[in-house]
Amino acid sequence: MKTAFNLSCAASVLALSAGLAQAQEIGACLITKTDTNPFFVKMKEGALAGAAENGIALQTFAGKIDGDVESQVAAVETCIASGAKGILITPTDSRALAPLIGQARDAGLLVIALDTPFEPADTADATFATDNFKAGELIGQWAAATMEDPATAKIAMLDLNPSEVSVDYLRNNGFLQGFGIDIKDPTDIGDEDDPRIVGNDVTNGNEEGGRTAMENLLQIDPGINVVYTINEPAAAGAYEALKAVGLQDQATIVSVDGGCPGVQNVADGVIGATSMQFPLLMASLGIEAIKTWAETGAKPENTPGLDFFNTGVELVTDQPVEGIPSITSQEALEKCWG
Amino acid sequence: MTDTEPPGAARPQPAGAAATVAVFAEGRRGPMGRLQHFLHGNPTMVPVIVLVISIAVFGVIAGERFFSPFNLTLILQQVSIIGILAAAQSLVILTAGIDLSVAAMMVLMSVISGKLAVDWGVPAPLALLISFAGGTAAGLLNGLLVTRIKLPPFIATLGTWNVYYALLLYLSGAQSIRGQDIDEAAPLLKFFGNSIAVGSARLTYGSILMVLIFLVLWYLLTKTAWGRHVYAIGDDKEAAELSGIRTDRMLVSVYAVAGLVCAIGAWAAIGRVGSVSPNSFYEGNLQSITAVVIGGISLFGGRGSIMGALFGALIVGVFQSGLRLAGVDVLWQVFAIGWLIIIAVAIDQWIRKVSG
Repeated sequence: MKTAFNLSCAASVLALSAGLAQAQEIGACLITKTDTNPFFVKMKEGALAGAAENGIALQTFAGKIDGDVESQVAAVETCIASGAKGILITPTDSRALAPLIGQARDAGLLVIALDTPFEPADTADATFATDNFKAGELIGQWAAATMEDPATAKIAMLDLNPSEVSVDYLRNNGFLQGFGIDIKDPTDIGDEDDPRIVGNDVTNGNEEGGRTAMENLLQIDPGINVVYTINEPAAAGAYEALKAVGLQDQATIVSVDGGCPGVQNVADGVIGATSMQFPLLMASLGIEAIKTWAETGAKPENTPGLDFFNTGVELVTDQPVEGIPSITSQEALEKCWG
Repeated sequence: MTDTEPPGAARPQPAGAAATVAVFAEGRRGPMGRLQHFLHGNPTMVPVIVLVISIAVFGVIAGERFFSPFNLTLILQQVSIIGILAAAQSLVILTAGIDLSVAAMMVLMSVISGKLAVDWGVPAPLALLISFAGGTAAGLLNGLLVTRIKLPPFIATLGTWNVYYALLLYLSGAQSIRGQDIDEAAPLLKFFGNSIAVGSARLTYGSILMVLIFLVLWYLLTKTAWGRHVYAIGDDKEAAELSGIRTDRMLVSVYAVAGLVCAIGAWAAIGRVGSVSPNSFYEGNLQSITAVVIGGISLFGGRGSIMGALFGALIVGVFQSGLRLAGVDVLWQVFAIGWLIIIAVAIDQWIRKVSG
């Protein structure tokens, strides 16, 4: 992780000097899912900073809400027309955009998926992403290790939304596998038959949804003692629901993201553990890849054994368990995004 | 007994009009006809009947857990914010308008009061007052766009929805203000998250506030001149104008009141969610319209009782809770709400035929 980061720093310094020498600017586009999620806001910051360092003219686009395919289609079309050398995109629909991405590549653009892989992943030239299954697995292992007897677990699963996008099922099933539950179909949510799972509900990844979903699942079983959440805002909402009925000490909440408010919530004991991801790194590596492509024609390569380039995950918790590497919330506050 | 109009409970009669202005001799009216006639006079009965039936049906399907006082008060709590938005929405829809910006106004005002009180050290009561003024101003802008610039309400509020949404993203940086930080700096902002426990029932202040807002607006709409003018404008704006109502000024006041209600809702939302969450309630405008429509308020204006919107919001809550407890996948909840909307408007159309 650290080496990758240092390398990228070194690369950007090199690129900076090269960029200064170069008069003609390379065009690139960043297309994110929304401008509402701090994750993408941070990604945009990283990309803009990387672009400024590398002398790249970056245009940015975003959908209005998660799932807004149309805005992303229009953005890709605009980008092709603008003569850019490459596109960094977080596809809001892993499948729907595939044909258009093919057109962009035919037109000579390098397309890199950030954060969310396409289906199939080789729709894009490369994917720079968090290993979301691994992110889920880490908090699953941690949750099981902190329980006296995982056989007595009553688990609430707070997922994203009804469309079951890849990030949703990867984190969900990663968590369950890490906890030691048979996940059946790894791309399906809710097909497990382990009686320890109380139920699944959707949160839209925000506090309001997290609270309502937690209330609903507590209605099914008030004995819930492990809560998986798709992200930290949903986790904060779940905590409020537990607190409202005085059950906040009965249940351990785990989450994924590594946003600063989420890390702060780990420090405050609201969230037991969270898996931190690195949106800035995804974006800055993406910008460098486009620059390399424009100058040498070389494409980025995947992490061995995966069909994407893994930008890393770190477990953040103040109750470390043996055998699962983790960092404390204090250390994490220095690296958090948003 | 069927040869006179039934007493118009929810539809105010113009002052001084005789109760038997129109007498239709209809000797043979079947049971459906009577029902149609009854519902025409009492449009709020449709949602009330649907609510009672759905509670009964889900009580059978989902069992005791559904019927527990805890769950019933939980439903009230879960619909409270959308309910408050629906109250604001009802005002505008009664004038034959629509307000797509309600949820954006609300979230923007929650961000403003949160930023002021938590990040910038403004005393919480002052921060709340500023947000109320802001909500009123945001509603006022909607009203002025509709009356002065003559934009259709749909377009005016489609525009301001986007404007307010962009502003709230800008102000918040799309980042939530954590509940723990609010507790420390301005616990007053979470006031409506407190609750009164009666046995296993838990009435949050937020759900009580929702009911109070409905009662106050119901009083204003049915017992004051302002309220009668709202109905008159929704029924026939030109006729209202000819009868001396200053319709533009009325409309501006309606949009402004709606904005104020949204700002009060913003305070309640902070209590409900437990934090200031810029990403929540994105579809609140559509959910509020759903509640209004299921509540039997006509989208064509001038007809329906604001209490209907409360029942509409509760029906949605009952369906969601009941289907959830019965173990139905979330996408079928969406499916069911969709049919509820269609059936509600179809019934409204059928009832309207009685006068046609």
